[in-house]
Amino acid sequence: MSIDMSQFHQVFFEECFEGLEAMESGLLSLDIGDIDSEVINTIFRAAHSIKGGSGTFGFTVVAGYTHIMETLLDEMRDGRRQVTKPAVDVLLGSVDCLREMLTSIQNEEDVNAASVAKHQAALELELNGSSGGGEQTAAPVQEIVHVPVIVEEPEEEEEEIPEEQGWKIAFCPYLNLLKTGNDPVRLFRELKVHGELTTNVNIQDVPPFAELDPEECNISWELKLVTDDSEATIREIFSWVEEDCALELSPLAKPKKIKKAKKPVAATPVIEAEAVKVENATPPAPAAPVIKKPAVETDASKNAPKASSSIRVDTDKIDTLINMVGEVVITQSMLGLIGENFSMDKVGLLKRGLAQLERHTRDLQQSVMNIRMLPISFVFSRFPRLVHDISTKLDKKITLKLVGENTEVDKAVVELINDPLVHLIRNSLDHGIEMPAARVAAGKPETGTIELKAYHRGGHIVIEIVDDGGGMDKNRLFAKAVEKGLVEESTILSDKQILELIFMPGFSTAEQLTDISGRGVGMDVVRRNIQSLGGNIDIISELGKGTTIAIHLPLTLAILDGQSVAVGDETYIVPLVSIIESINITEKMLNKVAGKGETFKLRNEYLPIIRMREIFNVKSGAATKSNEGVIVVVEGQGALCGFLVDELLGQQQVVIKSLEANYRRVEGVSGATILGDGSVALILDVPGLVRLSVR
Amino acid sequence: MSQENKTTAGDDTAQKSSDTTIQYLSFVLGKEEYGVDILRVQEIRSWEPVSRVPNVPYYEKGVVNLRGAIVPIIDLRERFSLSKAEYTPLTVVVVLQTGNGSLTRIMGVVVDSVSDVISVERSEIQGAPDFGTKVSNEFINGLVSVNERMVMLLDVDKLLIIENMDQSEG
Repeated sequence: MSIDMSQFHQVFFEECFEGLEAMESGLLSLDIGDIDSEVINTIFRAAHSIKGGSGTFGFTVVAGYTHIMETLLDEMRDGRRQVTKPAVDVLLGSVDCLREMLTSIQNEEDVNAASVAKHQAALELELNGSSGGGEQTAAPVQEIVHVPVIVEEPEEEEEEIPEEQGWKIAFCPYLNLLKTGNDPVRLFRELKVHGELTTNVNIQDVPPFAELDPEECNISWELKLVTDDSEATIREIFSWVEEDCALELSPLAKPKKIKKAKKPVAATPVIEAEAVKVENATPPAPAAPVIKKPAVETDASKNAPKASSSIRVDTDKIDTLINMVGEVVITQSMLGLIGENFSMDKVGLLKRGLAQLERHTRDLQQSVMNIRMLPISFVFSRFPRLVHDISTKLDKKITLKLVGENTEVDKAVVELINDPLVHLIRNSLDHGIEMPAARVAAGKPETGTIELKAYHRGGHIVIEIVDDGGGMDKNRLFAKAVEKGLVEESTILSDKQILELIFMPGFSTAEQLTDISGRGVGMDVVRRNIQSLGGNIDIISELGKGTTIAIHLPLTLAILDGQSVAVGDETYIVPLVSIIESINITEKMLNKVAGKGETFKLRNEYLPIIRMREIFNVKSGAATKSNEGVIVVVEGQGALCGFLVDELLGQQQVVIKSLEANYRRVEGVSGATILGDGSVALILDVPGLVRLSVR
Repeated sequence: MSQENKTTAGDDTAQKSSDTTIQYLSFVLGKEEYGVDILRVQEIRSWEPVSRVPNVPYYEKGVVNLRGAIVPIIDLRERFSLSKAEYTPLTVVVVLQTGNGSLTRIMGVVVDSVSDVISVERSEIQGAPDFGTKVSNEFINGLVSVNERMVMLLDVDKLLIIENMDQSEG
């Protein structure tokens, strides 16, 4: 019986990364001195699942490594070891190391052995060097033995006869095994045919009689089968229950090494890894109806060669969706009936049906959109760690406050907003918050605060990064910009414009370059990234009080508010976010520059005009005279400019469709959409058009 | 020509003898007859107005909405530099798909009319000679003679790859 294990890998990795995330947040929330045992338990469980899973899939490096971590955690859990800051730091390092290992395995690369060895050494040092009790130093393996598995006979005899051929089977049915019509007894009977069978039953999970559900299987087994048959043969027997149990097979004769290791462990009934797995396999079962959290894409952007991304969806959302679809189908058949033998007296019915259809369609659209919505906490959750690490490195005292983590936003936005946010937080940490001494001197609390807020406003999500640090010195910013030749000294800029200087390429006020920030690449990239998501970024800063950076983003990337405009017979969509205003032109507003370039005057500012008809070679329709038409004033790449179109048609929400999926990238066009009449309209790429017109 | 999906009609026979024979959908451009592998044909539609895409080669007529997907329409007459024909309600668009690996693309080609489904023995296919004509023979897989008519067999993948290469040049 061979099943392709690789089909489960994706799920395994997702669960592992989720587990790591849980461990990380748990470790960070550990308050040294006042330990919440529940938190340690959470961390322990996560480590344990990772270990079990990686063992199952044969990622022994990971399993071995996690094992050491688990040992350490177990001691903490039992109170045999003090939770110290160094220990927590070592564990955090281990989480990183594990993440690295798993990522390499996922990408089918070689695990970086040097880094693993380094972390492992640190772990072992922590484990052996400063252990709480005395006996742990001797045999760390022993630590897992406390797993309360009832073993009828200690495996002493096994050690005497290492030649014994056969298999050790850890068979741990999930609660629902019996419900699928399988009976373990039958399996054992089948096993017996193949050789001499010894069973050890583990009943520690059996609830008190009053709570016992006879349809649930709370028992697990430790089987020993003396046989010459191959592993495949044994697995074959379990093939029917494979999905309803955790099954571990290990040869009886082979593990000589393990035996050596366990000899000093004397009389304790040693069950080694299997025992651990038995315990490991049990907890998931009672937790089955848990609503699953959406998958975490760890560092998705950094690991390019990744398998297809997946998304875990709350079952509630799916149920709603199915409901909606049901409604739509009903309405559709109702309309079908009306249409079959239509007469004018049914117009009222038809109208009502159409109204219903419209409502259902809108609901359906909304619930489909909802599936892609993830709480922003997927991004936020990694910042406590970042702040922890960097503030330690910088010797600053900083607390991070997260507000509105449950604000939901499109998955694509979640993935793309991460890098810009990391950059901004690093900036706040490095440049924003002052050193503790400076803060005290300025009459502020020693500990700085960075607040990360997310909330909805209109059709947008707003993410704010608020720090109570030093703020930005506008005079210094201006001086720096002049020094770098970015602006003329004589230029007069408003406060807001001065702050905007930091978005210029090559601008950095940091006196020193650190490895955290200050290379002068960055803010311009941040702004570009955010604009490419259809958002914008604002800064408010007061010297000595702090800085607030607000990012406005559309809730979804799949739908866009657009203004449809007519150029000749063709219809184009201009994204509403980039439109400042639209005005009717009059002859005297137009000016020619050097006979070619056209500008118009808008409130004391001369803006370039882009004639859509020319740039897109539109030949259809009556040519607009030079002094007719509408100018749509848009902002692209920080500069204003005017698109000259024939007519404004109307505002509507449009669904963005890719032009590249079947076709090609077209300059000046960011995508396409389907209009109400079924025809295709192109969506303008405003920055792209501005670039195109310059050429 | 009805608008029914030709692939399903051809599938059964194609699978029976797929080793030695290949089925082609033949269509007419002016006086010339061309064939495409029928398994690449997704559907056959009548011509309907397209939305023009600015600043692309003249033979790329524009894009249409094919059940939610944006699909480019290419005029094969113009692509092969044949004389231009007026689009009439009888003008037909053959929707082809190409797959290189996981990436499949869909494209519509405008032809005068579709004529037949032909079964061709592999051995009957002749290599494409150098025409020395305007018709670039890079798209032509081979020639085959059916009832004294010459049918040029087109390589769908190459047709599409050329379209995409234009993009990197421009």
